[in-house]
Amino acid sequence: MSVPKDAGWKDVPKAGRILEPGCAAKYETGGWRTYRPVHVPENCINCLFCWIYCPDMSIQVEDGKFRGIDYRYCKGCGVCAQVCPGKRGNKALTMLLDDEAQGKEGETK
Amino acid sequence: MSIRVAKTGNEAVAEGMRQINPDVVAAYPITPQTEIVQIFSSFVANGKVDTEFVTVESEHSAMSATVGAASAGARAMTATSANGLALMWEIVYIAASMRLPIVMPVVNRALSGPINIHCDHSDTMGARDSGWIQIFSENAQEAYDNLLQAVRIAENKNVLLPVMVTMDGFIISHAMEVMHLLEDEKVREWVGEYMPENPLLDVDNPITVGPLDLYDWNMEHKRQQAEAMTQAKPVILDVARDYAKLSGREYGLFEEYMLDDAEIAIVALGSTAGTAKEVVRALRAEGVKAGLLKVRVFRPFPACEIARALQGKKAVAVMDRSDSFNAVSGPVFAEIRSAMYGAENAPTIVDYIYGIGGRDVTMDHIKSVYDDLAKIVKTGQVERNLTYLGIRE
Repeated sequence: MSVPKDAGWKDVPKAGRILEPGCAAKYETGGWRTYRPVHVPENCINCLFCWIYCPDMSIQVEDGKFRGIDYRYCKGCGVCAQVCPGKRGNKALTMLLDDEAQGKEGETK
Repeated sequence: MSIRVAKTGNEAVAEGMRQINPDVVAAYPITPQTEIVQIFSSFVANGKVDTEFVTVESEHSAMSATVGAASAGARAMTATSANGLALMWEIVYIAASMRLPIVMPVVNRALSGPINIHCDHSDTMGARDSGWIQIFSENAQEAYDNLLQAVRIAENKNVLLPVMVTMDGFIISHAMEVMHLLEDEKVREWVGEYMPENPLLDVDNPITVGPLDLYDWNMEHKRQQAEAMTQAKPVILDVARDYAKLSGREYGLFEEYMLDDAEIAIVALGSTAGTAKEVVRALRAEGVKAGLLKVRVFRPFPACEIARALQGKKAVAVMDRSDSFNAVSGPVFAEIRSAMYGAENAPTIVDYIYGIGGRDVTMDHIKSVYDDLAKIVKTGQVERNLTYLGIRE
């Protein structure tokens, strides 16, 4: 849940309780990332294994097709790239160092 | 009108639990506590209470089930002794940090080994930094009275901490004494309905309890626990005042027995305080200005209040029914002497470790402590800071 930056021990809920349901969406875990998955559209067969396996619902799908990666939540775990069958042995998701990958990715948010 | 009965400490506490009628009791038998939950389970079987009684496979599970029930919003209780408390350890801290107002009678017993089932305070003294309120009882009457008060203390919105109510194993738990029970209806009305804060069963307001709490907020939540402990002190006194109206019996953070004008005094907890009172009376009859300070509430520790009460005494002996094995003193002495540090007219303070593993402590033993104190006052010399009372050299 969102806690103001200047909050002190008197301001936060007791025992670390989270009183606001669904508030994990406010915590953008993308900041944890070292490697980021980068989509290579020409190798993508839209099998959506990445969408099934992603633990953070960061793979965006539209009309049954891969649309992009929500980098606000993608922790860079790499499971999507691991399960990606690609096309003719070439993966549609590859992991690049986050700093070096800036600008190389396709659709991002 | 209260009801005059002959009860053992365990029976008295089981009756108190029946009157409280908690939503959930999860417990495992262990000597000398077994009778409490055994008697209580008969109340459950006979329909005397509405309690859901959970028979578990260990004390670790007993405390876990109690924490689960309390998180759901139930008024939940358990009871234990010694190694049972030790097996609960992990969850004992969790109950406090989750701010669950669980009430747990603990029948004091030596923590093994060498294996032993008799009274000392090593079990609850080990849990003194767990974040639980700890209230000691001198006899069955006090165990019963403290149990009822513990519910109101724990559930107070400014506190919301679990409470251990202790009594000495066998000495109180299995000895029969004449005591007074309150009427069922009066207790139920006085204890009142439990209104939990953030219960998990409130499905209209879903919450998460016990989430991961790392370096960003853990310290703040611990600070809240410390504050709750500070807030507990006035609440304990308020509840005691209200309980006096109901029962006619008065309680404070500690009891001063002929302490006002005393020159030498003993500080004790539990049943030993009763023995010491007899000795004080005998010494007073001989013209010795002896007194007693009986600590009732050990957590929160009433440091300033005790320091004020002991100020001006010439010599004080602290009775420790457990050892810290720190080569200095037992745990009660450490608290008392620390409370007196910097106080004006602080007395000479010495420590006695006694009654370990149920070793009997008689009036003669206590008398010898007062004699030692009188000698310290007379000579100005302290022979020993720490004495193992009655030890065979």
